[in-house]
Amino acid sequence: MRLSLDPSRRAVKLRLMLRYLIKRVLILLLSLFVASLVIFALIEVIPGDPASFMLGLNASEDTLAALRAQMGLDDPLAWRYLRWAGGMATGDFGQSFTYKVPVADLIAARLVVSLPLAVLALVLAVIVALPLGLIAAARRGRLADGTIMAGTQLGIAVPNFWFAMLLVLVFAVHLRLMPAGGFAGWDNPLAALKSLALPAIALALPQGAILARVLRSALIETLGQDYIRTARAKGLGRTRALTAHALRNALIPVLTILGMQFSFLLAGAIIIENVFYLPGLGRLIFQAITQRDLIVVESAVMVLVCAVILVTFLTDLAYAAVDPRLRSRA
Amino acid sequence: MRPMLRLGLVLSLAALLAAILSLVWTPYDVTQMAIAEKLRAPSAAHWAGTDHFGRDIASMLMAGARVSLAVALVAVGIGAGLGVPLGLMAAARRQSWLDELIMRGNDLIFAFPSLVIAILITATFGPSALNAIIAIGIFNIPVFARVARAGALSLWTLDFIRAAQVAGKSRARISAEHILPNIANLLIVQGTIQFSLGILAEAGLSYVGLGAQPPTPSWGRMLAEAQTFVTLAPHVALAPGLAIVLTVLGLNLLGDGLRDALDPRLKGRLT
Repeated sequence: MRLSLDPSRRAVKLRLMLRYLIKRVLILLLSLFVASLVIFALIEVIPGDPASFMLGLNASEDTLAALRAQMGLDDPLAWRYLRWAGGMATGDFGQSFTYKVPVADLIAARLVVSLPLAVLALVLAVIVALPLGLIAAARRGRLADGTIMAGTQLGIAVPNFWFAMLLVLVFAVHLRLMPAGGFAGWDNPLAALKSLALPAIALALPQGAILARVLRSALIETLGQDYIRTARAKGLGRTRALTAHALRNALIPVLTILGMQFSFLLAGAIIIENVFYLPGLGRLIFQAITQRDLIVVESAVMVLVCAVILVTFLTDLAYAAVDPRLRSRA
Repeated sequence: MRPMLRLGLVLSLAALLAAILSLVWTPYDVTQMAIAEKLRAPSAAHWAGTDHFGRDIASMLMAGARVSLAVALVAVGIGAGLGVPLGLMAAARRQSWLDELIMRGNDLIFAFPSLVIAILITATFGPSALNAIIAIGIFNIPVFARVARAGALSLWTLDFIRAAQVAGKSRARISAEHILPNIANLLIVQGTIQFSLGILAEAGLSYVGLGAQPPTPSWGRMLAEAQTFVTLAPHVALAPGLAIVLTVLGLNLLGDGLRDALDPRLKGRLT
């Protein structure tokens, strides 16, 4: 039973929550601003000017001048930054140099691969990690715990792109159960899921291993708390103490890790997408880098960074929703 | 010594020895191609077989260890060299604008998808081992700053630090003379973890062609090259992968073991 708060305390609580929210939003905006500055600067410091970098040594003066004009390179630096950042904020990401289409369209077409891939990998990681972490914590110090811990230790050490190669070797080449690469498109959802399955498993392995370890140690820590001991002393069974009480509290560190992992999965997919020739955002960035299409690189990286910062922001909010202590502390 | 710590030590030392030995001796010259000998399975002459150019894989693994360990080690050096002083400074001036600035800066670097930025850095400045080191090293800075700050904060409340303050020592001197030695174990543990993460990152970067450039062998690029031949000769892809796994596993076990050995309170936790 929760006692209802008197109005003045409720007002204090509301103010605290509002202050927390405002602080988080300010940090979010500041992060986005600095991130855009860093990315813009990274592209700016490229030796030579971006246009000659993109066209290479053999470009004629005319094409160079035309590209300079398209990119507005003759304008002052601050003006160019504002135009780029302002364009991004209003959904205008510029025109790809290699593909001759709006960058926004390119990114949108790639996100329908990358986003489901990251979500699928995260879901897989959670599905595997949750029972493993629970079992390991419940059987702490026993054989099951030892086996699970050894397995997760190995899972963390395996480079996911190598694991991906092994998966292809076994499931695509030998067993012929799965496609070795490429993406069928969402017109055929089953085939699309099939082409995302192996990459998602490869991405999920190290993340699942980390998650299981975090969950186990968080569970063990909460199991040692007095209120669990009290509940046990009052006759609560081991399993119920674990699932009803400890798990809820252990979810807080798990949630933080999940937020970090989702952003890692979005960004970390860059290499896995290359292994499986998946037309995702990571592969777009990578291709754009090799084609020296800086317009695409700049905007695609910014989108990725935005996604990561946004996920961090949402995790912080979710975190505060789960754990009221954090709201008042901030 | 605990068995896991011992295993970690053995694996880490094996990688280190292979790297050092490769400076003076490898079974074969790693740049020597012998097309007639290509894609041979492991045998007495070639312990780990040969690759698609007929190069000896065991020799390339040894030379690759050198690159991987060097890149990861220097990246840890950069992270610790810049991160630890920042963390100590933040702790010494707790809740000042300096502390706030350092910690928010940390959060910001944390918010960046490290791999993407590393790829961007190596792509814009040209792929090389040096740029890989810088790209990986930058993301080690906030990690060390956080660990140093957290460790230092708890020390600043202790009596012997107060005594040093009363005796007139400056905050900088106290940080260097009293705080640093007392958080050294935390830093060593974090160092081994970052070391293993650095090896994974280097492997990833060189897998996509942004690490050490040919003819310098690297584990990541060996895997990238092996991908084409993996169906013909799986051992070409297995050997470098196993080398990475065993080295990273060794360093992780070493880190965990050291943490448990140095600080029993933290037993079984994962940072």
